[in-house]
Formats: sequence, structure tokens, C-alpha cells
Amino acid sequence: MATKEYAGKTVETTDDGYLINASDWNEEIAKEIAKEEGIEELNDRHMTVINFMREVFEKTGEGPSIRKLTKESGVPTKELYELFPKGPAKKAARIAGIPKPKGCI
Amino acid sequence: MKKLVILGAGTAGTMMLNKLHETLDRNEWQLTIVDQFETHYYQPGFLFIPFGIYNKKDVVKPKRDFFPKGAEVIVSEIDKIEPDQNRVLLKNNTVLNYDLLIIATGAKVKPEETEGMVSDLWHKNIFDFYTIEGATALANFFKYWEGGKLVLNITEMPIKCPVAPLEFVFLADSYFTERGIRDKVDIHFVTTLPGAFTKPKASSILGDILTKKNIHLTSDFNIARVDNENKKIVSWDEMEVPFDVLVTIPTNMGDDVIARSGMGDELQFVPTDKHTLRADNYDNIFVIGDATNLPSSKAGSVAHFEADILLENILSAIDGRELKAKFDGHANCYIESGFGKGILIDFNYDTEPLPGKFPLPGIGPFSLLEETKMNHYGKVMFRWMYWNLLLKGSELPIESHMSMAGKRA
Repeated sequence: MATKEYAGKTVETTDDGYLINASDWNEEIAKEIAKEEGIEELNDRHMTVINFMREVFEKTGEGPSIRKLTKESGVPTKELYELFPKGPAKKAARIAGIPKPKGCI
Repeated sequence: MKKLVILGAGTAGTMMLNKLHETLDRNEWQLTIVDQFETHYYQPGFLFIPFGIYNKKDVVKPKRDFFPKGAEVIVSEIDKIEPDQNRVLLKNNTVLNYDLLIIATGAKVKPEETEGMVSDLWHKNIFDFYTIEGATALANFFKYWEGGKLVLNITEMPIKCPVAPLEFVFLADSYFTERGIRDKVDIHFVTTLPGAFTKPKASSILGDILTKKNIHLTSDFNIARVDNENKKIVSWDEMEVPFDVLVTIPTNMGDDVIARSGMGDELQFVPTDKHTLRADNYDNIFVIGDATNLPSSKAGSVAHFEADILLENILSAIDGRELKAKFDGHANCYIESGFGKGILIDFNYDTEPLPGKFPLPGIGPFSLLEETKMNHYGKVMFRWMYWNLLLKGSELPIESHMSMAGKRA
């Protein structure tokens, strides 16, 4: 557990930088986390993915898999990898302020 | 007469049929099981076929050998479950009404989910070993192969028996060494996971074993397509791995009947309570084995531990009681590591595989996360136990819930 300051707000995060409380999240915080992930600017398509992830998390308590993302968010897999290079599920979850996807056993 | 219907007569469905047949009052309950196939495959044995250790006849028996006398068995494809009507429609036009339903329709490999997989090179230079057809085709290929780039690729999680891909490359190392051509075979393990395995301790120990055996590891590789012309796999972010022979672990999905019935998630697995094994949305439907969306391994040992829990909860449901038995995610897997040795892992939802000893009354102890001959014998012995005890629902000397005894945290 760690604390970090994003957009003038102090928030609790896990050791690998995921927000502990999804309710701490706002778009300003998302922009700063995105920069840490090497994404300089969040465009509409980024936000489509991020909002979809938050929606799924609020409903089910878990972030969606890539397959669910592409099937239901309207953003194709190829584009997901362009928007969030190297592991869209993990990266987009962090920017969306939801827990790191558990991955399966 | 009340009706309990089991869909699927694989490992989980057959075990449940036997347990319920023993337990339920036959004057009150009629038990019916449905499956479209008449052959039971010992799926853990598929791994050994490409290396000529087992052949087809070692892994097949008629399903009817494992059904109790008097159980109603219907051989037909299932068309659709209508959970709101409490009935199942079969392709042979039968309509089965039920009071309780157990879904045990398993998981299947879907190579066609990846672009270019089932194309020019399919079963020529590209094989799976999760089907009898793939495993035997690969055995024929390996027999005459003189070496080159052998690439194993895990497409997407979850998969059945998540340790099988590791076992495959360990056995390949052993097999090509014994054939005297190991120096001509470049073995490459390419996975969507961040390491050799899913859980940190096991991943690091198994990763070291890969290195020791001179098997290359590429992690975080998410395959987008197969380039048949240039014999390479390409990831969504345009990384490329060339191959001479590709062994794919395709996307695993639940049965199509689950999708036809509108009961599945994006991989056609049925949303299921991870402790009670009751379907999330239906009080009189239970789900067992690979058909569930549980965050546990898809493995026979898991189905076996689930069966004890499910039996108890079905009896509670029949009596209108609360479901008290809780599945803990327990899995117990022997990992063949080649040269007559094996590794054992034992874990559940909350405890990752740990090193130490695994006590087993009368037979053990086995060593955990360590290569030993004893663990290999455990795996060999298991096939006998599977056919003779496990499918018939008999007690095995191993607890449903995981125990910490012998483990080093």
C-alpha cells in the first residue's frame, strides 16, 4: 500500500499503482495516471474504453477481460492495443481507477 | 416423481451421476444424464500421445462402462436449455422437464477464434494436443521430424489444465534428447501470461526449470493471427515469432448450447457462485467442472473436489435448506517434467502453490514444487485411479478442502 498525489488529491494505491478506492477517481486523475503509462493525451476512444471498464466494475466488482471489452465496448482488439500499448486490460484498468485484473488460474 | 437432469457425461457429469445414484431415493427422484457422444476420453492422457508414451487406446473407454445400472441415459445433442420453463430441449426432439438441473457441459478448444489458425498449415505444421485428432496428428509429425523451431503458444486464458502447456515443453525436451536431436530443436514457450505460470511463487520456480532445460520463454504475447505463408505468429502489437512447428493452446470456451440458451458470459461459461456452485441467476440450476466461470483451474481434480461439495449442496437444496458446503477452489496437479520425473502443486482460491511436502495417507508424502520420481509415479498411478475410482464416484484418500499441512509459506 502506498499514497500518491494526483491532480492535487492524495489517494491510496496498491504497490503497483492501482487506486484502492475506485471512488477516488476522476478524469483529472486519469489524465495523470495515463501520463505515467506513457499516454500523453486521453482522447474520446480512450475514454470510451475507460468509461466501459468503470461501468463493468460498478456492476460486477471486477474489470472486464479483453474479450468482453472488444465484444461489448465497440472498440476492436487491434485498436485497444493501439490505444493502450502492451496489455490494454492492465493499463486501462489502472487509468480507469479500478483494480488490476486478476488473470485466471 | 421428481426429476434431476445432468447435462454432459464427461468427468464431472459422470461423477455426479454416480454419487447421486447412490444417495437419492430412487422412488422419489428420477435421474437422467444426456450426452451426444458415446466415448469417454481420459483427457489428461492426451499430453502423452504426441511423444508416443500413450496411444489412442490408452485414453478411450465407452461412457456406458461408468454409468450406474438403472440410470436413464440419453444419447443426443442438446439443443437448448429453457431455464424459465425448467426444461431442456434435445436435438432428437425430446423435451426434458426438470426440478433440478446440473450443467456439466465442459469446455472446448476453439482454434477458429484466431485468424489464420485453421488454414493451410492446420494439422500439417500447426497442431493442438487438447483433442484426440490433434494429439495423434502431432505424434505422427514428431515421429519423422528432424528438428527446427518448435513453438508452443497459449492464446488466451482460462484454459483447461493450465499446467499442460508447461508439461508439453518439458516432455518435448526429454523426448528430443532421447531421440538424440535435442541440439537441433529450438523450444520456445510463448504465453499470454506475464510469466511461466499464473501464480508468483510457482511462476518463478517453473520459470527457473524452463531456463535449466534451455527452453526460451516469451511472456505477455497476445496472438492476433497466424501468418501461414511465412510460418510465424503475430501479436496484436505486431511482435512476431517464427516457427517450423506450432503447437497451439487455442481459446477455450464453454459449449455452444450455453450460448444458444443465453446463459453464458463472453466465453460461454455459466456465471456460478464460486463457493456453493449454484448458477448465479437460477435457484434450481447447479454447474460443475469446466462449464463454470469460477476463478479456479479447469481440471479433473477441481471437478472431483467440487463434486463432494455439490452433492452436499444438492441434498440441502432438495430439503429446502441453506447451501452450507463451500468450495474453496482446491486444485491438485501433477506436472510431468520429463526424464521420469514430476512436480506436484496443490492450491486454492486464497493460497498460491507453495513448496513443501504433500502428505497422502498410505502413499505419500509427495514433494511440492520440486522435481522427483515419486511425483511422476503419482501421475502414472492417477490414470488407474481415474478409470477405477474417480469416475465411479468412489472416495479417494484426498480431502476436498485444501490443507496447509506440510506447506512452507
